[in-house]
Amino acid sequence: MLQALALSGVGLLLALLGVQVFSGGSGRGLDAALAAGKTAAAPDFSLPRLNGEGTLRLRSLRGHPVVLNFWASWCIPCKQEAGLLESAAKSYRADGLVVLGVDAQDFRSDARRFAKRYGLTYPIVRDGSGSTLAHYGGTGFPETWFLDRRGNVVGEHVKGALTRERLARNIANVLAR
Amino acid sequence: MSTRTFFVVAVLALLLAAPAAASERHPTLAELSHEVMCPTCKQLLELSHAPVADRIRAFIKTRIAAGDTKSEIKQRLVSEFGEAVLASPPRRGFDLLAWLLPLLGLAASATVVAAIVWRWRAGSAAAPDGEPADPELARRLDEELALLDA
Repeated sequence: MLQALALSGVGLLLALLGVQVFSGGSGRGLDAALAAGKTAAAPDFSLPRLNGEGTLRLRSLRGHPVVLNFWASWCIPCKQEAGLLESAAKSYRADGLVVLGVDAQDFRSDARRFAKRYGLTYPIVRDGSGSTLAHYGGTGFPETWFLDRRGNVVGEHVKGALTRERLARNIANVLAR
Repeated sequence: MSTRTFFVVAVLALLLAAPAAASERHPTLAELSHEVMCPTCKQLLELSHAPVADRIRAFIKTRIAAGDTKSEIKQRLVSEFGEAVLASPPRRGFDLLAWLLPLLGLAASATVVAAIVWRWRAGSAAAPDGEPADPELARRLDEELALLDA
């Protein structure tokens, strides 16, 4: 009786640990697929818009290539690349490209001030807890993924500030697919 | 319970409750720094030097100056960063396990210890006084004691 109880307890603990470990596995899968030159479905999410106007679901952008950029107002490299992203959003809008900013682990008011200061007009959603960033396997700021029209992550996973060349190369890649 | 015991218990309860109430109404940054986590480095705020931790400390100072209670400040932080910003998990949902598992572990350990003690005592009671549990062992013990006496 006691042994059965102890075994049940150990089994329950292992099951819970398994759930916790494997629930965060999407990001590692994404990076592994990209490293192998393959594509992987971008984890879907629905997050509130920074401007307070409802929510935005990633899936709703199917049919558009997407530059998915995670940032925070306190992140210095995010300031360096903000202008590049805004410029790309305007330049490639006619091609159907969408730049989607995800403000993570940040105060709402700080993020709004940042968006205003850098004149960001592309859609921005909020991931206050950083759980969406973690789901993608992101560990720092800024981090950028490129999604094709079918919602697959393709090309590079850029950790750190984007350069003009790197951004242009990856945008050309998603537009060509 | 006598009147005197009741009085002592009531005074002790009041003595313990008073600092908690004061801390709730007038929190300090130091107190909150070990009840709040840095969302990026997953460390206590008091140990973190991350930029967002500096920003949270500034926010807490502002809210303390504005007269917010500890619960109000924590609630504001939860609305910005989610419940993972709190060092202690909330007592509901999946996080309830963090509170229940140690108690269940304690109860299971106590049950196992009680069962072992019960078996041990039952085993001791089975051997009647005055009669050796193992005659061979008793014979060898007698022999060795005899050698010592010699």
